[in-house]
Amino acid sequence: MALITYRQAIKDALAEEIARDPNVFVMGEEVAQYNGAYKVTEGLWEKFGDKRMVDAPISEAGFIGLGIGASMLGMRPVMEFMFWSFCYVAFDQLLNNGSFCRYMSGGLMNVPIVVRGPANGGTNVGATHSHTPENLCANHPGIKVVCPSNAADAKGLMKTAIRDNDPVFVMENTLLYGQKWEVPEEEYLIPMGKANILKEGTDISLIAHGRGAMTALEAAKRLEEEYDINAEVLDLRSIRPLDVDAILETVKKTNRVVYVEENKPFSSVGSQIISIIQEEAFDHLDAPIKRVNSIDAPQIYSMPLEKIQIPDADRVIKKVLEIC
Amino acid sequence: MTAKKKSKTYTKAERWQDVDVHELAKLEINQRLSAEEKIRLFTDMVRIRRFEGRSLRSYQEGKIGGFLHLYEGQEACAVGTISLLGADDHVITAYRDHGHALAVGMGMNECMAEMYGKHTGCSKGKGGSMHFFAPDKNYWGGHGIVGGQIPLGTGLAYALKYQGKKGCCLAYMGDGAINQGAVHEAYNLASLWDLPVIFIIENNAYSMGTSQARSSAYPECLAQRAEAYGMDWDTVNGNILYDVRAKTYEAIKRAHEESRPTVLEIFTYRYRGHSVADANAEKYRSKDEIADYKENKDPITLLRKQLVEEGVLTEEQAKEIDKAANAEATAAAEFADKSPFPPAESILEDTYWSMDNKGQDPAIDELNQGRFIFEDGGIFDK
Repeated sequence: MALITYRQAIKDALAEEIARDPNVFVMGEEVAQYNGAYKVTEGLWEKFGDKRMVDAPISEAGFIGLGIGASMLGMRPVMEFMFWSFCYVAFDQLLNNGSFCRYMSGGLMNVPIVVRGPANGGTNVGATHSHTPENLCANHPGIKVVCPSNAADAKGLMKTAIRDNDPVFVMENTLLYGQKWEVPEEEYLIPMGKANILKEGTDISLIAHGRGAMTALEAAKRLEEEYDINAEVLDLRSIRPLDVDAILETVKKTNRVVYVEENKPFSSVGSQIISIIQEEAFDHLDAPIKRVNSIDAPQIYSMPLEKIQIPDADRVIKKVLEIC
Repeated sequence: MTAKKKSKTYTKAERWQDVDVHELAKLEINQRLSAEEKIRLFTDMVRIRRFEGRSLRSYQEGKIGGFLHLYEGQEACAVGTISLLGADDHVITAYRDHGHALAVGMGMNECMAEMYGKHTGCSKGKGGSMHFFAPDKNYWGGHGIVGGQIPLGTGLAYALKYQGKKGCCLAYMGDGAINQGAVHEAYNLASLWDLPVIFIIENNAYSMGTSQARSSAYPECLAQRAEAYGMDWDTVNGNILYDVRAKTYEAIKRAHEESRPTVLEIFTYRYRGHSVADANAEKYRSKDEIADYKENKDPITLLRKQLVEEGVLTEEQAKEIDKAANAEATAAAEFADKSPFPPAESILEDTYWSMDNKGQDPAIDELNQGRFIFEDGGIFDK
């Protein structure tokens, strides 16, 4: 195991897959000569050159569509959004062409593209740059959505995504880029649709995705120390496909659930998870399911207030105490 | 990057220029056509005309749902441009896609059945009239959102260049698409990166019910916007098959040999409304205007006259071709009518590659676990 950053883990995944498959190229704004706006692709242009590392103009609808078209002819483009917040200007390409072309052609064509970038709030960049569109994207059959919460998952899921024959949207988090985790040194892949128990527990299930899983983990540790509550933390890792079995299993074990995520609450990922739980594990619930989301307003700029807006361990603990 | 600027002052007279068919016939690209090939191109145009006519009837009979955008009047655009393509050349277009589909070699049966929503349709009834695809014939659709296919076509060209193939992509759009942002983003990328793509504006004068004068700030020439991106451009008389071939040939040569994009504006006309549901097709334009095109500028009539004059075709043969095309279209409608609708289970098929191919490769299945589908409507219960 090596202790590396989330950023480094993604970079390693990209480098390994570029070296492995000549059809893989990375395209996005400032990914090559600038070394990446968040330095995720630092050094890759020097190593792999212009053909594999492509700087695109600020033209998301154009270059995302271009990547989708190229993928139809067998390329495996890895497209970077500097922020997933910029996906909205490319939504027609992502959703009509990325997710539906296979279906509308009756399976005659594939779109093996990866679209990746950070999708998070908490960095004081205001409402336009703080979107978390995992729920919107996962609402479109045909797309796979993964939200890695740590470096090891980020690397393993990214490699899986690049090798996958369907469009995979990888939503990262700038607040995680600089954090370090133990990452296996040998090559590995992490399956989509396979949730990960970050902490075993018996009293309540904290189910989460993305950075929400890390918030849940922090809350779980404090719940144990301060309240003697033994929480289980289940990190979904991928939103679609979804590890429903793991969700039901933890519910049946603890009988109580809090969902933790940065999505705004209306029709969030958590809404879907809770809907499944009440339908498929209703008899196993001893309390209403609670949720911790970003506070339901456009993302605020002001530094101390944005800290309040996005979920933190205090808010998770408060919700847990309501039902434990 | 080697942008070649072509300074060309557009004059209005060029727009419906009276191109000299005899001069065009002498061009090498048209000279090289054998008599059989000329008859084949004529036949393809007639087949499209008859296919569209039969589609309209089926629509009126309630057999075809949704929208139906007919190609009658524009046949020379698809047939002329596609007649020049080789093994590594590709095609993508918008929702008025039947003509291109037949021109690339798709069968009337699979196309008609698709519109009938049948399992025998080219997309197994999942796409409908606007979404025909045939990747085995380098035909990538059939796209419903105005201009949305243009970045895709640019991407096909990007892949060809990446893979070192001497091919190009013809990316078609209507005149209404020229004001979509995605089109201009694609223009910029194509020129910036020297991509072998040919943007073809099939200008039928109306974006739905809105004329260019009411939709474009500079309606005199849409192709000329290419100059802003350092791209070559040209205008084409879409009623003359030989002109379509001549201008497209130059663009393909540029794509193959210089890996440079071109914008072609083909002036054409659609006889029907924007779609069959267009109730105002004869309100935003005069009946005289429509009659003038049908009588004096019809691409099939003009080609027939030319080929008869060349001694390649007789009027009698032309009638036989028309009769055969009509019979083929009628048979396609019968085929579509008799074909079964897709089974309910097929609603979920073709959504994910990894679901459709489950059980083929355990290593891939291992990476695709969990639930993909969240509501199946109980179609598997029975």
